[in-house]
Amino acid sequence: MVPLSYYLVLSGILFACGVTGFLIKRNLITIFMSIELMLNGVNLSFVAFAAHWHALSGQVFVFFVMVVAAAESAVGLAIIIAVFRTRETLNVDQVNLLKL
Amino acid sequence: MLHLILFLAFGAVCVAGAVNLLVQRHPINSALSLVVVMGSLAVEYLLLGAEFVAAVQIIVYAGAIMVLFVFVIMLLNAGEEEYSNKSRVAHVVGIPGVLIGCVLIGWVLVERSHTEAVAVGALPGAPKDIGWLLFHDYLLPFEVTSILVLIAIMGAVVLAGRPEPVQQSKKES
Repeated sequence: MVPLSYYLVLSGILFACGVTGFLIKRNLITIFMSIELMLNGVNLSFVAFAAHWHALSGQVFVFFVMVVAAAESAVGLAIIIAVFRTRETLNVDQVNLLKL
Repeated sequence: MLHLILFLAFGAVCVAGAVNLLVQRHPINSALSLVVVMGSLAVEYLLLGAEFVAAVQIIVYAGAIMVLFVFVIMLLNAGEEEYSNKSRVAHVVGIPGVLIGCVLIGWVLVERSHTEAVAVGALPGAPKDIGWLLFHDYLLPFEVTSILVLIAIMGAVVLAGRPEPVQQSKKES
C-alpha cells in the first residue's frame, strides 16, 4: 500500500530533474534526453492518478504520450543530425545564428 | 509493506539514475542512466497494476527510443560536454530557487492532498481492457496518432536525408 502522494513526489522529482537538465546541459542530445525524462515523470503521475481514480483512461493517455514521444524523438534526432551537418557542433552555445 | 519497500527501492534507483543523467558529462553515460530510469519506472508501473504500460515502457522507451538515442550519439561521435560559465545569476539564484520549489511542492503533495493508499491488484490494467478502450472509446485519437507517426517518419527521412544539391554547389564554389 503506497499513498498516491508518494508517486506524485517521485513524478515531481523526475520532472524537476528533467527541467534542470534542460537548463544546465550544453549538449543537444542530453537536452533532448532531459525532455524524455520530463515526459516520463508526467507518465508516472498519469498512471498513479489512473490507479487512484480507478479509471483506465489514464493508462490510455500514457500510451498516447509514448506515441507522441516516439514521433518527437524521431523528428528531433533528425533535426539534431541536420544541425550537426551544418554547424559541425553539438554544443548549444555555438548554435547562435539568431543571436544579436 | 512489501509494496512500500519495492516502491522506495525502485524510486531510489529512479532518482539516482535521473541525477546521474545530470551529473555525467558524456552523452552515452547519460543515455545509459536514462535506460535505468525507464526500467525502474516500468517496475513502478507494475506496482500500480499497469501491466500494459510497463511492457510498453520497456519495449518502446527503453528499447526503441533509447536505441535511437544511442545510435545518434554514435553516429555523430558526440564527445565530452563543454561548459561555458557565462551566467552567474544561475548559480546565485538557481540552486536556492530549485531547493525552495522542491520543498514547497513536496510539502503540498504530502501534507495537503488527502489520499488513501491504493491496493496493488485493485485496478484492472490488463492489456485486454486497455485494448478495448483503445479501439472503442479512443478509436479516433488512435487513428490520428497513426497519421502523426507517419508524418514523423516522413519528416525524419526528409530532415536527416543528405541534401545533395547543396553539397554539389559547395564543391563548385
